[in-house]
Amino acid sequence: MTVVLSILVALGIFFVVGLASRAGLRSLAPAHHKPTYRDMPLTASFGLAVIVFYIAVAILAPVVAPYGEGEVTGAQFLPWGAPNYLGTDKLGRDMLTRLIYGARNTVGIAFVTTALAFMVGSFLGIWAALVGGWLDQWLSRFVDALMAIPALIFSLLLLTIFGTSVLTLVLVIAAVDSTRVYRLARSVAQGIVMMDYIEAARLRGEGAWRLIRREILPNAMAPLVAEFGLRFCFVFLAISALSFLGLGIKPPTADWGSMVRENATLITFGDVTPLLPAGAIALLTVAVNFVVDWQLHRASGLKE
Amino acid sequence: MTEIWRMISQRLLLGVLTLFIISVVIFGATELLPGDLARELLGQSATPETLAALREQLGLNESAPVRYWNWLTGVMQGDFGMSMATKMPISELVGTRLGNTLFLAFYAAALAVPFSLLLGVLAALWRNSIFDRASNALALTAISFPEFFVAYILILWLSQSGLFPSMVRITDTTSMGERLYMAFLPALTLTLVVTAHMMRMTRAAIINLLASPYIEMARLKGMSPMRVVLRHAVPNALSPIINVVALNLAYLITGVVVVEVVFVYPGLGQLMIDAVSNRDIAVVQAIALIFAAAYVLLNLLADVLSTITNPRLMHRK
Repeated sequence: MTVVLSILVALGIFFVVGLASRAGLRSLAPAHHKPTYRDMPLTASFGLAVIVFYIAVAILAPVVAPYGEGEVTGAQFLPWGAPNYLGTDKLGRDMLTRLIYGARNTVGIAFVTTALAFMVGSFLGIWAALVGGWLDQWLSRFVDALMAIPALIFSLLLLTIFGTSVLTLVLVIAAVDSTRVYRLARSVAQGIVMMDYIEAARLRGEGAWRLIRREILPNAMAPLVAEFGLRFCFVFLAISALSFLGLGIKPPTADWGSMVRENATLITFGDVTPLLPAGAIALLTVAVNFVVDWQLHRASGLKE
Repeated sequence: MTEIWRMISQRLLLGVLTLFIISVVIFGATELLPGDLARELLGQSATPETLAALREQLGLNESAPVRYWNWLTGVMQGDFGMSMATKMPISELVGTRLGNTLFLAFYAAALAVPFSLLLGVLAALWRNSIFDRASNALALTAISFPEFFVAYILILWLSQSGLFPSMVRITDTTSMGERLYMAFLPALTLTLVVTAHMMRMTRAAIINLLASPYIEMARLKGMSPMRVVLRHAVPNALSPIINVVALNLAYLITGVVVVEVVFVYPGLGQLMIDAVSNRDIAVVQAIALIFAAAYVLLNLLADVLSTITNPRLMHRK
């Protein structure tokens, strides 16, 4: 019964948020963009609203959070109720506060990691496609070898060797994911470097760096942006999984993955509190996936 | 027939080559450290004596190619070396746990593959209906969930009411029926995680074909939509479907890591996580190699199977 009820409530919230966000976007958007938002599916407008909400919470964390990030505010494992609206964790820290700071830490770290993976992966990928020859061969075979090992397993291996800290976590995940970005960037760029305008730019005497930045990158943007959204989801889930396994972001830094791990014992008593940080991770990835799905559908020009 | 065997042996050779490269990467990764492994493990304050002792124990005094050769020949004979943390031979640690992990992965696959193929075919058959839209949105949602979220929801829902145990205790004497019962929740978690992707790809592969002229011909003959999809579309969509199934089975093998930790399942994944936190590098290398080998094997199998379903692939010019 409660399951059915909670699904209905979730669906209701989904429709209200989706409709409100679509209406808001339509009235705010400049005139020539209005048609884009009119045909927007509800899933996409819901996703956009959720992403904006997460960014706002992450930026405003110290303002909206009732307590400090590591502040002990009461007894351990307090139930829900004022002044700790979502109870406390095993050290007596306020759950709501830590959830809010988690938006800043977890999402921030995942974003930095994805950006790093993208800078390295797309630069090398486009460069390999542009130069070709033995450089392309060596880089591609090297990336193939790395990609033959499952991502999570390879990250675990690298974390064993370099030790577990936030910095190594970011570098390791960025390195592993940049191989996937490299593949896409290279295949996209290969289609572009055959174009006549690249030939013309080469004849003008443009260098490799300028060719990549001014000629190839602007034309490779659409698939790369969609890939950025998907890649962010993978990175975000990977970091959360590693933190959940105790190998990622460490306490006292508030982080959703490790919050689930710390409070997991509550589940066996029928308390849903540990599901909140896990749900926060799930909601953001769902939102990003919805928006990316819409963008891909739009870019492919499909009108079913 | 001989051509199939030739192709299989070709792919097998390629697979062995890939595995060799992977073993070099897995072993060589320790060489990336600025100092050496002994200094990294003991920290800056270690005395020269303890450092020398650990180097001796790890065999670091020999050159890297020699150590790699010793390791590789050991692995070939089933000897992965000693675990530093537990002082036990790794092959002993890995032995029964590998069986448990494979059991869980096959269990999940046995649930997930028929389920997702059925859903995919139905979604393609009733495309753009409520069923299609709902299953599509649900699939997108399920792909985005972290494994532990799905696992804890299932525990809260199915284990709180006492239907299924939330912890798996498997010993040598556990009977098959009990195993299936106890491993149900972890298997169901993995099923939910991989079903979405397989279902979406099955749907896409079938819908891609539905625009072909021969499908239109079949429809004009007055065939029922169900028969058109099952008799004409599915056989030609098999190759992409097999590939995505294999990809997801390979994902299952690594996905077990998180699920095993949630359900305290005595498998390879949990052993690996313990080894990573103890920085027991020999164990991590051994398990990484096993997982990577399974990954390569599954991809190989998919390659061979999809070629067999589409004979044109064998006579490429």
